[in-house]
Amino acid sequence: MIVSAKDIHKHFGALHVLKGVDLDVAERELVFVIGPSGSGKSTLLRCLNRLERPTSGSVRVDGIDMLAPSTDINHARQRIGMVFQSFNLYPHMTALGNVTLALRKVAGKSRAEADVLGQAALERVGLADRASHRPAELSGGQQQRVAIARAIALEPRVMLFDEPTSALDPELVGSVLAVMRSLRESGMTMIVVSHEMGFARAAADRVVFMDDGLIVEQGPPAAIFEHPTHERTRAFIGQIQRH
Amino acid sequence: MEEMIQAFFNADIARAAMPIVLAGLLNTLLMSLLVVPLGLMGGLALALGAHSRHPLVRWPLMAWVDFFRAFPPLVLLVLLFAGLPFAGLELGGFACVAIAFFLNTGAYYGEILRAGIESIPHGQVEAARSTGLSRLQTTTYIVLPQAVRNVLPDLLSNTLEVVKLTSLGSVVAVPELLYQARQAQSVTYNATPIVMAAVIYFLILWPLVRLLSRLENRALAGRG
Repeated sequence: MIVSAKDIHKHFGALHVLKGVDLDVAERELVFVIGPSGSGKSTLLRCLNRLERPTSGSVRVDGIDMLAPSTDINHARQRIGMVFQSFNLYPHMTALGNVTLALRKVAGKSRAEADVLGQAALERVGLADRASHRPAELSGGQQQRVAIARAIALEPRVMLFDEPTSALDPELVGSVLAVMRSLRESGMTMIVVSHEMGFARAAADRVVFMDDGLIVEQGPPAAIFEHPTHERTRAFIGQIQRH
Repeated sequence: MEEMIQAFFNADIARAAMPIVLAGLLNTLLMSLLVVPLGLMGGLALALGAHSRHPLVRWPLMAWVDFFRAFPPLVLLVLLFAGLPFAGLELGGFACVAIAFFLNTGAYYGEILRAGIESIPHGQVEAARSTGLSRLQTTTYIVLPQAVRNVLPDLLSNTLEVVKLTSLGSVVAVPELLYQARQAQSVTYNATPIVMAAVIYFLILWPLVRLLSRLENRALAGRG
């Protein structure tokens, strides 16, 4: 298992957001996490790279105990790429600058090496010709693809996607999903929080349904979407498909 | 009219006072070159500290900033200059100016920088940390460059005030522009040296004022 989270609890003050979640993800697996807003799916994702520190439980990624005090978290995070709903590109840097910053400052590459790797990463998301553009000069879809390039340039072992298409205009969603599909085909392990059901059906190995801080059920996309066993899953999927 | 010109715009006196006044200008410039970076450094330290997650770091720094913003800089300067000798500590006028400005303008720069830092969305920090950048690297490469850009007009405006305030040094006998001009005035019994100082202040500050309006206009345009 490349990702192994055990009995994750997360409290925000009085709020109990995760109530004992286990999630194991195998290498090259694409896991989709769905669930109503407030179900804790984003928080679970953020616990995996310790953007949130779980109140209790354990998280191992690529053999590293993410919660151990002795773990060099900055080093560990290089292996875990993350893509955010709101892109979070650095507005004061070019696309290439966004992609190469961590290559230079974390991976220790020279500027020349980083530029070559960064350019290659932009190529992979189809934006080689936008390297010198600032985020403000790019469409939302292009910004999100630069954000993906920023993550994959570090050659992570796992990629986390937190609602990567939710902030996009419908006509721009396709380009981002296409990049995610090609990433999938290259064998990347991916954990995706999203409601893109079409993409989940086509590409996911497993769909995990969360509600109220717990995993309610999980299985292959066909099983979850066509024959959900739990009432809550059925209700949620019915709701999503009506849209 | 003739008397006015004799008293305020006397060419002979201007010529005689010129070296004295220019020596003062040099000191004003040197003092500005010392107190502006000093204030910026103090302000940066305060802003970063005030952003700390630890209340034991945050609260004293916020109290510090409040205190020195409320304390009139002239009073602070006189207190240091005239008060410290009673504690057996005799600092020169220049050192007192440096300390007073560090305390006073540092507090102002600190508040400006803190506002700049707080204007940066947290997603920026999370994105940077998720790629493995440390807290310090994130502050250095992601937060501060954007924060400074966002508050550049305020930083410049404060700098303008700081340069003007260096004239307070005259109170503690630092031979800066105003002090030198007053020396020349008292020797010549003529106001021309003061007028010269006023013109010089205007000439060095006016380009900064122009730059400031351009920045402010750009900021407004950028917002629209």
